[in-house]
Amino acid sequence: MPLDVARIRKDFPIFTRTIRDGKKLIYLDSGATSQKPQVVIDAEVDFYAKHNAAAHRGAHQLAEEATDLFEASRQTVASFLGAKSEEIVFTKGATESLNLLAYSFSNAEPGSKFFIGPENSIVVSEMEHHANLIPWQQLAKRSGAELKWFGVTSDGRLDESKIDSLITANTKIVALTQQSNVLGTINNLEQIIKKAHQVGAIVIIDACQSVPHIPVDVTELGADFLAFSGHKILGPTGVGVLWGRYELLNELPPFLFGGSMIENVTMTDATWAEAPRKFEAGVPNMAQVVGLAAAIKYLQAIGIEEVHEHEKNLTAYLLKELAQISGVSVVGPTDLSLRGGTVSFTVDGIHPHDLGQYLDSAGIAVRTGHHCAWPLTRALGVPATTRASLYLYNDNSDIDALVVAINEAKKYFGQ
Amino acid sequence: MQLDNLYQEVILDHYKHPENKGLAASYDAQVHHINPSCGDEITLNLTLQGDKVSAISWDGVGCSISQASVSIMSSLMLNKNLEQAQIILDDFMLLMQSKGIGAPDEAILEDAVAFAGVSQYPARIKCALLGWMAFKDASVQAQKKN
Repeated sequence: MPLDVARIRKDFPIFTRTIRDGKKLIYLDSGATSQKPQVVIDAEVDFYAKHNAAAHRGAHQLAEEATDLFEASRQTVASFLGAKSEEIVFTKGATESLNLLAYSFSNAEPGSKFFIGPENSIVVSEMEHHANLIPWQQLAKRSGAELKWFGVTSDGRLDESKIDSLITANTKIVALTQQSNVLGTINNLEQIIKKAHQVGAIVIIDACQSVPHIPVDVTELGADFLAFSGHKILGPTGVGVLWGRYELLNELPPFLFGGSMIENVTMTDATWAEAPRKFEAGVPNMAQVVGLAAAIKYLQAIGIEEVHEHEKNLTAYLLKELAQISGVSVVGPTDLSLRGGTVSFTVDGIHPHDLGQYLDSAGIAVRTGHHCAWPLTRALGVPATTRASLYLYNDNSDIDALVVAINEAKKYFGQ
Repeated sequence: MQLDNLYQEVILDHYKHPENKGLAASYDAQVHHINPSCGDEITLNLTLQGDKVSAISWDGVGCSISQASVSIMSSLMLNKNLEQAQIILDDFMLLMQSKGIGAPDEAILEDAVAFAGVSQYPARIKCALLGWMAFKDASVQAQKKN
């Protein structure tokens, strides 16, 4: 069933405000962060107003309630991903999830399956966001391992032609994005995961741009670890998820040390709680975790399949309309198969930063620049692009407004 | 339109017809500055004769604000001595921090007063400053060399 966008927009209080002297807000920057429905804001407020206490600590009713809400949220996230509850680690964002993994690998002893040495390689791709590039790049530097990467084809797809020389018996980690935050490309990871597992490598998926938009079942996907951020999936900032296969999570050494991640502590030594607790040192961002669960339930009530279908239709319309503006070039796939609702483009003679400024004056929020994927934009020969990214609260009228404003900007800047 | 405060005619003119663009072969100092938030880049070559800016050339990619700003700055600084250059630089910095209420001294800043509107757009101040920071860096390096 098509989404009732007018009704959905009523759930998001931000759409009641105006931008730059009374203009309607056209929000096309969900790839950076999504807007929040009232139910998410309420869930956070409700936690603070009624249930606030430190989860997993304290012998009182509030602590029990906080713990129950926190753990119920873990269950919500787990069932959304087709995972087990104990496979969900709450972090403060995908960036932390990926760094947690990289540093946990660093903490592994020689002989452990997580130990990385100079004889090993780590494989990423050229389309990674900095958050799924730099942690591995720096782990490679610390460990002496070789960093290798999949290139990108001219039409914005992962170039898998060199898979056999990239993923070899020495490969320890393969870390890839499921959906590019610049190109909108959805990567079909099946072959790569299969190959990686054949050589005994661990597969880590950056799902920041996929989990909010397409159905993702970690059991079907077959990877070993997966990370995403709450704020891109209608949830609060300050909460992220790391999913890991339980047997791997349980074996992986911890990274952050402190309260509640321990089993036993003496002055000279400590042992760790079982996963996921050993990765959650300190009092967690409970209100945000509860807010994330509310966001996921909201999305589930609408249906993630329906959201994906809606975005597909919108993306088709956006690509069709952009193709009709002279001087506009889309950076990324223009066919709709395995493509999400993130569309980067350039306009001849107008720098993205200037275009973004003009669009802002028309109430339209887009992202401009290298989108935290500088090696990718350099490889594509476009130092910067303008990016429109869609979500369930967008409709064709938003795209019409964008198209009108691009044409106006061309006149304004004399193109 | 409020946007016109930002995109003054003189800025768009310099963007389309930049001055001193194209790197000179010889220089006392060469610097390369990047705006990491958007990817704008410039390379700037500077030559001093005594304490006078005798040659300044640059190349770069970026938005109209960053590129026009380098262009205007380069014309402004050419043939100034370093003391005058510092006064201009300080004045421009103050203008950028003025949040749209600064009254720039046209006698000092000349065409650079056109950037007054930039101070109302916090995200663009770094664009406008890119070339000026490069100049500051290059002048320190050139002095060390001489």
